[in-house]
Order: sequence, then C-alpha cells, then structure tokens
Amino acid sequence: MTDITPIRTPAESAILSRFPEVKASLPGTSAVATLREQAFGRFQETGLPHRRIEKWKYTDLRALMREAAPIAAVPTEADLAIAKALLAGLPDFGAANVTVVNGRFAPSLSDLGALPAGVSVVDLGEALGSGHPLVVERMGRAAAADDAALSLNAAFVAGGAILTVAPGTAVERPIALRFVTVGNASAVYPRALIEIGKGASVTLIETHLSADGVAHQANEVVEIFAGDATTVDHIRINAHGDAAVDVSSLGVVLGGEANLRTFNFVTNPAAARHQVFFRFAGEHSTATVSGASLLKGKRHADTTLFVDHAVENCASREMFAHVLDGQATGVFQGMILVRPEAQKTDGKMMSRAVLLSDDATMNNKPELEIYADDVACGHGATVGALDEDLLFYLRARGLPKAEAEALMLAAFVGEALESIGHDGVRETLEGLVEAWLKAR
Amino acid sequence: MPAVQETVEQVRAIDVDQYKYGFETDVEMDVAPKGLNEDIVRLISSKKGEPAWMTEWRLDAFRRWQTMREPTWARVDYPAIDFNDIHYYAAPKNNPAPKSLDEVDPAILDTYKKLGIPLREQEILAGVQTSKVAVDAVFDSVSVVTTFKEELAKAGVIFCSISEAMREHPELVRKYLGTVVPVTDNFYATMNSAVFTDGSFVYVPKGVRCPMELSTYFRINEKNTGQFERTLIIADEGSYVSYLEGCTAPQRDENQLHAAVVELIALDDAEIKYSTVQNWYPGDSEGKGGIYNFVTKRGDCRGKNSKISWTQVETGSSITWKYPSCILRGDGSRGEFYSIAVSNGRQQVDSGTKMIHLGKNTTSRIIAKGISAGRSNSTYRGLVSAHRKATNARNFTNCDSLLIGNKCGAHTVPYIESKNATAVFEHEATTSKISEEQMFYCMQRGLSAEEATALIVNGFVKDVLQQLPMEFAVEAQKLISISLEGSVG
Repeated sequence: MTDITPIRTPAESAILSRFPEVKASLPGTSAVATLREQAFGRFQETGLPHRRIEKWKYTDLRALMREAAPIAAVPTEADLAIAKALLAGLPDFGAANVTVVNGRFAPSLSDLGALPAGVSVVDLGEALGSGHPLVVERMGRAAAADDAALSLNAAFVAGGAILTVAPGTAVERPIALRFVTVGNASAVYPRALIEIGKGASVTLIETHLSADGVAHQANEVVEIFAGDATTVDHIRINAHGDAAVDVSSLGVVLGGEANLRTFNFVTNPAAARHQVFFRFAGEHSTATVSGASLLKGKRHADTTLFVDHAVENCASREMFAHVLDGQATGVFQGMILVRPEAQKTDGKMMSRAVLLSDDATMNNKPELEIYADDVACGHGATVGALDEDLLFYLRARGLPKAEAEALMLAAFVGEALESIGHDGVRETLEGLVEAWLKAR
Repeated sequence: MPAVQETVEQVRAIDVDQYKYGFETDVEMDVAPKGLNEDIVRLISSKKGEPAWMTEWRLDAFRRWQTMREPTWARVDYPAIDFNDIHYYAAPKNNPAPKSLDEVDPAILDTYKKLGIPLREQEILAGVQTSKVAVDAVFDSVSVVTTFKEELAKAGVIFCSISEAMREHPELVRKYLGTVVPVTDNFYATMNSAVFTDGSFVYVPKGVRCPMELSTYFRINEKNTGQFERTLIIADEGSYVSYLEGCTAPQRDENQLHAAVVELIALDDAEIKYSTVQNWYPGDSEGKGGIYNFVTKRGDCRGKNSKISWTQVETGSSITWKYPSCILRGDGSRGEFYSIAVSNGRQQVDSGTKMIHLGKNTTSRIIAKGISAGRSNSTYRGLVSAHRKATNARNFTNCDSLLIGNKCGAHTVPYIESKNATAVFEHEATTSKISEEQMFYCMQRGLSAEEATALIVNGFVKDVLQQLPMEFAVEAQKLISISLEGSVG
C-alpha cells in the first residue's frame, strides 16, 4: 500500500516559497513570529484544501486558485483615493467607519474622532508589534480550528483592526468595518479582533469591497469575543468584485445570557467561502447564524458552519437561503456539535435552495454530532425549483413570468433576511435582492 | 428518561453478554492457512471448482486491492486490522458439498435448529414455521444447504449458492457479477472480490412473482476467520422477489471480520425487496470482541419503473460500516431505505444509504431511525444526489435519533447534491431524548417507567418495522427489546 505524495500546485509552491521571503517584513513581536512559523508549518503539511479534505469537499481551492496572487503592497495615497471612491458606492448606514485597505488599517478613511463613547479602535499591525494584550490573549482563540485558510491568515496577516466595546455600553450608532482591496490582482490577509464587554450592545456591519474584473485573493479572519449579557447584531456583506476569490472565517465566542446574530450576504465574487466557528462559552445564550446567497453566471459560494454547544441551556438557530441561476454552485455545510455536558441544548438548522436553471448545482451537508441525551436538535434541507402552482396562481392574476418569479424569490430570501435586527441594513439588503432579481 | 440517574445506572449495568446466539459449534473444519496472497486466492478458487476466468477475476481484484488503502472517513475507531492474521477459507470437513440434508453434519443442523432456522422442508410444511420461506444456509465459507430449490425451479426461479451458480449458470454470473459494485469500488469490496467464498444467487425470470420469500442465513463459527460472502440477485423484467438475510456469530474475545458484497439488479418493471436482520456478536460491554461488519450493498434499478427497497434492522456487530444504496438509472425507478440501528455497549455504527438519481422521474424515500444507548455511537451517513438528467427526481429523507443516557452519541451526516432544477429533495433530521411529556402521559395512565419507554421506543421505530415481512417483524421487535434490555426494559 503505497503512500501518496501530494503534488504541489503552482499556487501552493508560490505561497510556500513566499513566506521565508516576506516573514521578516511582517509586523509582530517574537511571540507573534513564532505563531506565524507554527501556522505556516501547518499549511506546509496540508497545502491548499481540495475535495479530498472533507470540510472542503465542495470548494476546491486548488482548482479555484490556479496561481497565487502577489501579496498586496502597503497602500499608497493613490490607492487610498481609489479606495475612497469605491467606498462612496456603498449604501450609507449612518455608521462610524473603520477601514482596512489592502490588508492594513487605514486611519485616514476611518472615523476615529467620531467613534461612539465606549468604543475604541487600534491598528492591528501596530498591536502585533507592541504585544497588545488582546493579541496575546485572544488572537486565534475564537477562530480556532485546524484549517488551511486559518493557517494562511495567521502566517501572513499584516494588519487590520482591534475594536473594543467597553462593558455596559449600549452603542446606538452602528459600526462599519470596511475591508477594501484595490490595485492589481493581489492577495490580502486582513484580520479583526473584536471584544465586546459584559452587558454591552452593538451593531457591526462588516463589508468587503473590491473592483469587478480584478482577480484578488482575499483571506479574512474576524474574531468576536462577546461577553456575558451582550447583544450583538453582526451583518457581513460580501461585495467583492466578480473576479475575486474570497475565503473568510468568522470566529465567535459567546458568553452567558447573551444574544448574538450574524448574517452573511453574498452575490458577486467569482468564488466565496464563508466559514463560521461559533462557540457557546456561557449558559442561557441564543445565537442566530443566517445568510443568503444569490448567484448567477459561474459563481460559487460556500457557507460552512461549525456551531459548538459546549455548555448547557443554549439555543442556536441557523437559517440559510440560496438562489442559484446560470451555472452557479451553492454549498452549505453546517455542523452542530453538542458536547456531553451541553444538556438542554436547542438547535435548529435549515438550509433551503432554489435552482433556477438546469445548469445550477446545490450541495447541502447539514450535520449533527450529538453526545448529550437531553436535547432537541434538528436540521432540514430542501432543494428544488420554484413551486409551479404558486407561479401559475400569480401568473393567472396577470403578473408576467419574470415578475412572478421575482416576487416569489424575494419572499424566499426575505425569510432569511428577517433575522437581521437593524432595520436600515435589512431594508438595504432587501433593495439589493430586488436589484439582483431585476437584473436576472 | 425523567429519572436520569436511574437510566444511567441501568445502562451501565447492561450486559451485552446476554447475546443469546453466542454459542459455538464443534465441527471439524477444513481451514486455509492464515494470510492473504495469490496462493490463497487460487486455493479458494480451486476449492470452489471455479472456471479459469473466475480465478483470473479474483487475482485481478487481489492485485488491485494491494494498491488500495483502508478507508478512514467513517466515524468509527478500531485498532488496525492485520489482514494476514485471518483465515480466508473455512468449511466443514465432512462433506463440504452435501447433496441432501441427510449428508449434512448433524452438529451444523443443530446449530441452525438452535438459531431457529428451519432447514427441513417437511418441518416447515408441518407448520413449525408459519409461512414458507426458502433458506440458503451459509456456514463460515460455504453454503451447507438450500431449501425448496425444486419448488422454486418449477416457477423458473434460480436460488442457489453463488458457487453453484458459477458452475451451473456461468452465463448469468458472468453477465452480472461486479456490474453494480465494480471490482475496485472500495477497499473491502475489492478484498471481497478476491476472496469471497459463498453467498446466495437469485435469478427471477421475466414476469415471475417469486412464489415464496427467499432467505439466507449467515453464521460465522470458526475462530480467526473472516466471512466474505457475495450475494447477487437479478430480477428480470416484470418480476418480484422478497429476500431476507440474517446473521449471527459466536461470542469470542477476538474481533472477526465480515466483509460482504451484495449486488441487486432490477430490470424493467421489476421489484426487489431486501430485508436484513443483522445480529452479529456485538462484543461485550467493555467492547472486547465482536464482529467488524464492513459491507458494500448496492442495488441498480437498471430498468424502467423498477424498484429496490432495503430494510434493515441493525442490532449486532461491534462496528458497522454499511450503506445499502440504490442507483436509480431507469426512468421512473424507485429506491427505498428503511433502517433501524440500535447500538449499546461500545458498539459503533456508521450506516446509511445513497440514492443516486440518474433517470427521469425517479423517486426515493429514506427513513432511518437510530437508537443509541450505553457508550455506543451511531452515525447516519447518507447521500442523495440528482444528476443533470434526473428531471423531476424526488426524495424525502427523515432520520431521527434517540439517545438513552449521556455517554452515547448520535450523529447525522447527510449529503444532498442537486444538479437539476426540477429535482425536489427534502431532508429532515431530529435528535431527542424521550420527552418528559410523553413519559408523564404514559405513566399517568398506569404504565411503569420501563413499560412507557418501551412503548415510546416502539412507536419511534414503527415506520421501519412496518416495512419488514411479517416473520421478520416479530423477530426484529424482539431483538430491539433484547438490545435495549437494562436501558429501557
């Protein structure tokens, strides 16, 4: 029985030879440098994920990343101006902005002077070098898994932001975390660390933006540590350009008696993978993890969840809607793990997909792994076309086919959008859905 | 259970050694030397008196197997198997190919009597058994007897051991063998292709409704042996057959390997109903001993409007790795999978099904119920896929798990892949314990906690039990209560 030696793809070889070249220029204390080395070592072992890696079964990064784009350079004034112009196209949520350009914190595009009381923002690039306590204590603890994307980010991270919300602060104004990539096709590895103090509440809008037609390769990691009795509404809008390959990881550790909602919206990038690592660390908490993807052309979007019920008495709700047209591929992999001590867990996961074309594909893998007996857990998954009878009903009442379909699809996606707490964001996303359906 | 502490203690106290089929039969055996190599493959082939093409087929499989690796993706954990420490052939020494029952070693006949398997046709006719079932009895590596052959032959049905089929009906075997489970399908199927010893062969000709239930009873007896049987069932156009399979093994400290391959082929408008009650020795409560059940079962709905239905009750084996599947190739074909998996002690079950929709208007239905107790782990792993041309494919999947005690685990790993817009797939799964309200309701009406639990568990698995043929349903119901004895009463 022969051992199989993996053949390195050109992209892998490029990434592997790049790290020794750039590691000296990456920010960080010696402890951070060690973390980078360890992470790189893990990547060296696994290489880029491919379909033989179970968690990446449906998203083959080896095939999606034919070559490795060069690491993005420190943005120049001209880059920042382009970024500013791109950002101007985003809907206005009346939020306080924190901006990261080409993987580095951009203070000139951030509202540092106008942050709500109790909120503070630090440049992660500097924090890595100064041994910031949050870097030392928290980095890599929420998004903690043996995963090639996480390893790559940990090895190459050049900057990003640290955001803290002081305990007991009710932040009214939303905070927008905006990640922009400009210039020629490049690889970015930004990271954000968010700590929300006990009893605080906040709305976070995370946006990822790049221009159409440029094959950026983004690998973002956002980690949220939400303390006891916090209320967090987190919305992620993936507005990368139509040639971008985007891999993002969200890590959440949620304290007791807290309530966190996170929503992911994706329509545009060529390929996107959003992975969520969610851990309950305190009892009597509720989490809602949801999202919507509307894809056409040859786009590919993957949502992979890992919800870890590590303590008793917590509830999680996962609700995802996928609309697939053209030759698009949708992927949903959801795992609910209930550990032996997590009695009285209540978990419900739902993934629904509509295929609008005969060339579209949906791959669903909702998983349950349960070790506690006193639980109520369930999952459901459906795949199908639009209901002929409903369509007929609408058309019989005089609606043209396209409008009838749009109406039904808007309702279908609307169900997932309902889980967004912030009215302005929800309405904006409803508008984006409507625009997508019109352009179909 | 409401009295959680009580349940935990009962589960802890459960004795998997209650396995009642764990006795051993003392028969003089003809055993091949341990180990697996080309000579052993040739030896098996010559013992079976096989034609040259078959020997080559086996050798080819063996060579391919040597380049393969054991699969590790299943959620089961066991020490590495030494494939050279197993006897690949074991047959009763006295007259391994008896012409009639009178020539069969009485000890073997006794074995089947103890197991409650009627081998004497007159006994069956005399009403020992309520309805007529034709039985092929496989003892370690050989088929010892097949009953009702003549009556079946009148209807044109061929029911015999696969070794006999290879001699008597080589054209059928050659045409269909390995066409559903290809030689290199997976590690254990390839190994089986190289060393399979016996199993059943069924051919139901065009338009014939098989006049009685067919059944194979597998018994592992010899120490350090593996059982590698191969079953091939072909239902020609418009025919129907119902086939039952049962398995037991003696109670031993060592682990024994059972790696079978079952292939079903349904042509136009044919229907095959395949039921299994799997009760291999599960090992003791500490997880010592027991059968490793690594089985590849697959049905091919090759013809239009054909139907294949799998029903399984899994209570035995220390490790189960088994996914009876349907390839829905013919337009309008239908696949069904009904399963109850009960695990206790330290059993590990990773089982499920695959429904592969290739043809138009194909439908499938999956009902899987898992009950875990003790320190066992039970995983449902299933695939439902619709290919581009599977217009109007329909699937409904329901898998429910019930946990008894908090040392066990229940897992669900479904894969749902659709490449056709008109395909409609629905999947739902739940995991729960017996609800306190249900318990309260039953107990308020005068049932004891144990009775109430038994009632609720029976209700939980009812959907599947209803699919079993009558005689089997009774046996299955008994099996479930034995397996859970101590945990639910």
